[in-house]
Amino acid sequence: MANKEMLGADILVNALAAENVEYLFGYPGGVVLHIYDAIFKQDKIEHILVRHEQAAVHAADGYARSTGKPGVALVTSGPGATNTITGIATAYMDSIPMVIITGQVHSTLIGNDAFQEVDAVGISRPCVKHNFLVKDVKKLASTIKKAFYIATTGRPGPVLIDVPKDVTTEMAVFEYPETIEMRSYNPVVTVNSEQIRQAIELILSAKRPVIYSGGGVILGNGVKELIEFTRLLSFPITQTMMGLGAYPATDSQSLGMLGMHGTYEANMAMHGCDVLIAIGARFDDRVTGELEKFCPQAKVIHLDIDPASISKNVKVDIPLLGTVPEVLQELINGLNASGRQASSKDLTEWWGQIDTWRSTDCLRYNRKSDLIKPQYVIEKLYEVTKGEAFIASDVGQHQMFAAQFYKFDKPRRWLSSGGLGTMGFGLPAAMGAQFAHPNESVVCITGEASIQMCIQELSTCKQFDLPIKIIMLNNGFLGMVRQWQEMFYGKRYSQSYVKALPDFVKLAESYGHVGMRIEKPSDVVGALKEGFAIKDRLVFMDFVIDPTENVYPMVAAGKGHNEMVLSPEMESA
Amino acid sequence: MRHTISILLENEAGALSRVAGLFSARGYNIESLTVAPTEDPSASRMTLVTRGPDEVIEQITKQLNKLVDVIKLNDLTEGAHIERELMLVKIQVSTAKEREEIKHLVEIFRGKIIDVGDTNYTVEMTGTGDKLDAFIKSIESAQILEVVRSGVLGIARGSKSLQV
Ligand SMILES: Cc1ncc(C[n+]2csc(CCOP(=O)(O)OP(=O)(O)O)c2C)c(N)n1
Repeated sequence: MANKEMLGADILVNALAAENVEYLFGYPGGVVLHIYDAIFKQDKIEHILVRHEQAAVHAADGYARSTGKPGVALVTSGPGATNTITGIATAYMDSIPMVIITGQVHSTLIGNDAFQEVDAVGISRPCVKHNFLVKDVKKLASTIKKAFYIATTGRPGPVLIDVPKDVTTEMAVFEYPETIEMRSYNPVVTVNSEQIRQAIELILSAKRPVIYSGGGVILGNGVKELIEFTRLLSFPITQTMMGLGAYPATDSQSLGMLGMHGTYEANMAMHGCDVLIAIGARFDDRVTGELEKFCPQAKVIHLDIDPASISKNVKVDIPLLGTVPEVLQELINGLNASGRQASSKDLTEWWGQIDTWRSTDCLRYNRKSDLIKPQYVIEKLYEVTKGEAFIASDVGQHQMFAAQFYKFDKPRRWLSSGGLGTMGFGLPAAMGAQFAHPNESVVCITGEASIQMCIQELSTCKQFDLPIKIIMLNNGFLGMVRQWQEMFYGKRYSQSYVKALPDFVKLAESYGHVGMRIEKPSDVVGALKEGFAIKDRLVFMDFVIDPTENVYPMVAAGKGHNEMVLSPEMESA
Repeated sequence: MRHTISILLENEAGALSRVAGLFSARGYNIESLTVAPTEDPSASRMTLVTRGPDEVIEQITKQLNKLVDVIKLNDLTEGAHIERELMLVKIQVSTAKEREEIKHLVEIFRGKIIDVGDTNYTVEMTGTGDKLDAFIKSIESAQILEVVRSGVLGIARGSKSLQV
């Protein structure tokens, strides 16, 4: 078959197969019909028909986050392409490797306002790592190769390929390049040994160190090295929401998440530290709080694959450019070779201080309430799933409760839209994860508002028998919006009450799933056990929770890490 | 501070809009931008003049380097370099006196009159932006009919060169 000509559509599908793509999340339409015909005629790649193109991209994203492999989506031109944008921007903000193929009108029609024509390359440009318009069928295979190469190397990200219809209907010889070189793109960086030396000196001189690690550790497959590095030094570690699971949350060196809804001990340690070791994290404003007040006494070491992340928001003293595992390994080797350690006396004192902060028990909540508390549901979910589930979340209070109360000990189990904060991400992302891990528990933690942004995917879940467990924390409000209005807008609850909610139990049932409504705290554990005992079906659990519960602790906008607001529960206790 | 950045990029459709889009999306300013293919038609050379504090310039160069179409770049401001701009000016010259004056000025500024109309001259001039500004200033503003400037071209002095 080496020299046989084939249709562009077949080249495309063969190229995806050559990239070991297992699942293609997509939705057909006019200009991609040749591609769909090619899909019909093969059995290497399984196409997953979603119900909205946004969900195709989120599902590919969930697949990518939970496996580390690139996710792939295929949609038609025009509205198909525009519907993907939210999903692409979500992946871009969180650096998720992904390839999105959009159909395009016949190349001779481009620019004519043809039926279902949209400038997909132009529209997606600000939210992709790169994109391509393929104009020649002979370049289709090499463009796909480039797209996967760019998406998965360096700082990963989504790459879009726009394929005009005629490119799929013309013939060419299929030759898939083994490797690719691009003079304008070279993701390989060599570690700077002088900077490693300086970093080691600073680390060894630390009296009050903190390791602050982010999603880059997971994306860069540096979990093993992070654990070794942290244990070697006995330093405290706090993780961003995107980084959860890289370092085991149940380990005694873990201070939990930092930032706006991070733990008191993590944020206080950030504020008090003298050496900050940032690893694969990007100093996002939800993490740093007010920059002027950020880590006022700290010298900063920043390890990142992306030079543009270094000193972007916070001035860095020692940059360490490279992949997380490589640079950490160099640091570990250097530390071991030095035979030295940071002063154990200072470290003991520092841990003493941290333990005092810890003793505030900042995640405490009212356990005696007659209403179901969202925190309680997540705690029990953690217990019932033994901390082993893949958890996809939507965006809002429930997301923060999930991040605070589900203790992730392993990476790639927490799938949440951190950078863009996309409501509607949860269910399709859970689908992607469930396809990738058919025998594992996959959960979608959501709110009654978020779930309705991609609720149509219940149909996809039925078609493919995905036994996802939906944990909906139903407070009847756009909870996170309501919380801000309560705190900062004089309790004027403008448009944050969700009227006319459906009966979610019946809704789930009408799609052919199991629906449950849980209204009493005493029923929570039983319901979870019952739900998770159903292994072969989707179970939609509607937990009717305390509508007034807020997420604490909190660093309000414009505040520093040391100015956290603790829950009223604690102040009265 | 003002920085002149030289960029070698793939001569691909869309490469220019990636650069321009980066500047507008991140709120950086572009004072001038010129671009044309090089001796190798697959690459374009761009000279971009921008202004900002050091941290912003550092971000600009890093973000530019991140663009997949950017092959190489060099902040010319960091070393000795030459900048030139080309300007075409159409000037109203209704009287003999005005004609004499403009001819004289063009000589002083070492420009060229490249087109002569009944009541106007078109002048070509190259030089640094300052020199072109000075020329414009030296003419009565009422006489200026049209000014076209190329934007800055820059190149490093000496043996240093930006190549694929
Ligand atoms: C697509 C989108 N639109 C709007 C928002 C702003 N937003 C953030 S949280 C939130 C409320 C979410 O409500 P719900 O899903 O019920 O979760 P809760 O906060 O109540 O747990 C809104 C509207 C968003 N993040 N995403």
